[in-house]
Amino acid sequence: MNRMLEKGFRPIDTLHKPDGTPWSFKEKMMLGLSPQEYWAAQLRNPFNWILAAIFAVGTPIIVGRFIFGLGWATHGSYDYPWGLLLGWGLFVMVPLSASGFMMGTTVELFGRKDFKPIERLGLLNGLLGYFFAVVFLQVDLGQPWRLIYPMFVSLGPAAVLFLVAWHVATYLSVQIAELIPAVSEWMGWPKAKRFIKQIVIGLTVAGIILSTLHQGALGALFTYAPGKVHPLWYSSAFQWFHFLCSAIFAGLSMLIVVSTLTKWFMRWRCDETFLKSLDRLTVGIAKGAALALVTYLVIKFIGVAHDNDWKYLFSGWGQWFMFEIALGVIVPLVLFTSAVRNNNATTARWAALFAVLGIALNRLNTSLVTFNWNLYQEIPHWREFVITITVYATYILVYRAVLARLPILFTWKDKS
Amino acid sequence: MMKKIDRRNFLKGGLAGTAALAVTGKATSGKAASFEGYPDSMGVLVDLTKCVGCRTCEAACNKEQGLPEPAKPFNDTSVFDETGHGGMPRQPTEKAYTVVNRYDTESGGPVYRKIQCNHCNEPGCLTSCFVNAYTKTPEGAVIYDPKVCVGCRTCMIACPFHIPAYSYSSTINPIIKKCIFCYDTRLKFGRPPACVEACPQEVMVFGKRADLLRLARQRIKENPNKYIDHIYGEKEMGGTSWLYLSGVPFEEVGFNTTLGNEPVISYVKEFLGIVPMVLTIWPALFTGFHLLATRKEEAEAGKKDNNKGEGGRS
Repeated sequence: MNRMLEKGFRPIDTLHKPDGTPWSFKEKMMLGLSPQEYWAAQLRNPFNWILAAIFAVGTPIIVGRFIFGLGWATHGSYDYPWGLLLGWGLFVMVPLSASGFMMGTTVELFGRKDFKPIERLGLLNGLLGYFFAVVFLQVDLGQPWRLIYPMFVSLGPAAVLFLVAWHVATYLSVQIAELIPAVSEWMGWPKAKRFIKQIVIGLTVAGIILSTLHQGALGALFTYAPGKVHPLWYSSAFQWFHFLCSAIFAGLSMLIVVSTLTKWFMRWRCDETFLKSLDRLTVGIAKGAALALVTYLVIKFIGVAHDNDWKYLFSGWGQWFMFEIALGVIVPLVLFTSAVRNNNATTARWAALFAVLGIALNRLNTSLVTFNWNLYQEIPHWREFVITITVYATYILVYRAVLARLPILFTWKDKS
Repeated sequence: MMKKIDRRNFLKGGLAGTAALAVTGKATSGKAASFEGYPDSMGVLVDLTKCVGCRTCEAACNKEQGLPEPAKPFNDTSVFDETGHGGMPRQPTEKAYTVVNRYDTESGGPVYRKIQCNHCNEPGCLTSCFVNAYTKTPEGAVIYDPKVCVGCRTCMIACPFHIPAYSYSSTINPIIKKCIFCYDTRLKFGRPPACVEACPQEVMVFGKRADLLRLARQRIKENPNKYIDHIYGEKEMGGTSWLYLSGVPFEEVGFNTTLGNEPVISYVKEFLGIVPMVLTIWPALFTGFHLLATRKEEAEAGKKDNNKGEGGRS
């Protein structure tokens, strides 16, 4: 698509064609191209062929999971009830999606209107991340059709997972509301946008509350397993804060990673405002991420000190812990700091990559690698990997489809 | 104690309940932590020194609970050499709610140990369940309602004894499966569970938990050389309805002796305590931040108004 731009292709950024007639819904879905042009462009894209290959292998496996059960698709055992589907799909996806409430807070609450060009990308990254975390959950639940039971049928309000369920559900609605302005511009529904504008502070504050609690709650889920999670990854007092604080830099770093990818692969869809301000915004986000990282580093070691876990640092698990801290916290912290000092967006992008990998490692370490550290190691079934990759590929596909259409990376031309 | 139950019922009110939960959770945390079980709760005392590994209890459980026939008959002792998933000793499964294992101990001779749900006073499974499927009955059993189980398997994460099994093989109706102390068919009517009744060696004594503790102490006192001076389950994880006496150190027969005496809920309380604070403090705090952050714009607007006002007067 980037090449088509050079040939004179102009993607839709207004409700009306140059001759004044409105774009139809179908034309908008086809990006303003004729169906032949659209599908030809899709077929030319090598990434689509990779996605097609993933779906060809993965779809039968996902169908198989619902026909033959979890025992067929996963290594789910009595000792390891949670595998890669939740380890990756819930515990990694959700912190990487914290960008929604971070950007909402920055722009709407703190009034930093200069971050406006990247706000919607942050919101969308949040919404899709949460939505697909629920998709992963639905694949992993024994009886997914009972998903609403904790809401309406049989309530267990004293459980941490109850809080997660309610908060993720309400926060999904909040995020959908926060993105309605983008949809309303694209569809030509100005009233919806005006309504959201009136309640945006309320939505943003709700987003902060819900995010604080459910990001923390995902950590608190592991406080149910003292002795099962390795002491270096376990802290009854601070687990919720470890998860919340790391979600802050994880969400911000993911936003930097995604914005970098869109800058390369979807340049055709970005407008000048976005492209020109991106380096400045990346460094700005780097500041926030560096602050969260240093806070996290300190509270991590306070956690070790609080439970007097120093002796474990010299064991094999301790080496692994130090590796995680070095790769996922200290390296990005140093790089982010350098990026801010030298005003260098490229360094910030490298830092963000390390932070994202580091947080993925941390969540997988907590939920899988060090879980049952004194029993035995579980390696997820190959079908779990296939399902995880397939659902993640769907996430990327939907993500890209939305970015190509809604005014996320560009400003809609019509004034509402 | 009853307060805890009332709290649970009281809170079945959705979102408002979430807020209230942590408030009350905090307020009563001191009492909840010292919950030592229902006063007349029943229990079973298992004396490992008497067990000969005949597996009669396994057969009785299988019959009572209507479980599928096992691959090997119950008089086949070769199962003691089997290891399960991950090289672990046998453990209760969806098809066997209790198993007996053999341990070759240093102190000489094999020792057999029966494993089943210990029926905690403050069960981790119960506190972690977001559909409130679990109930600790006044009789002492930890039972569950399979009709509401969503299959999140958090109770398996939360159980310190690795007891709840899950029917992973089922597609249509996979549920948690575990020992229910024969609640429906026996305990409810004051009768001992099938395994206890079937045991030819009188390894197990069924009775009020308080009485069993006295009995156990008496046995230790009368035979100090025969028994280790510890009743496993008296205090572990807040105390359990099933209690064990052993002639060899407990860790040699597969017991986890590092669990501590706090029930699982004690570890989770620190988080539950912050929930009401976030819910009540955050709205005002962050709205305040908003007002602070946008004060310049407000001041600008104010200045304009003043200027207009002055202009009007002059």
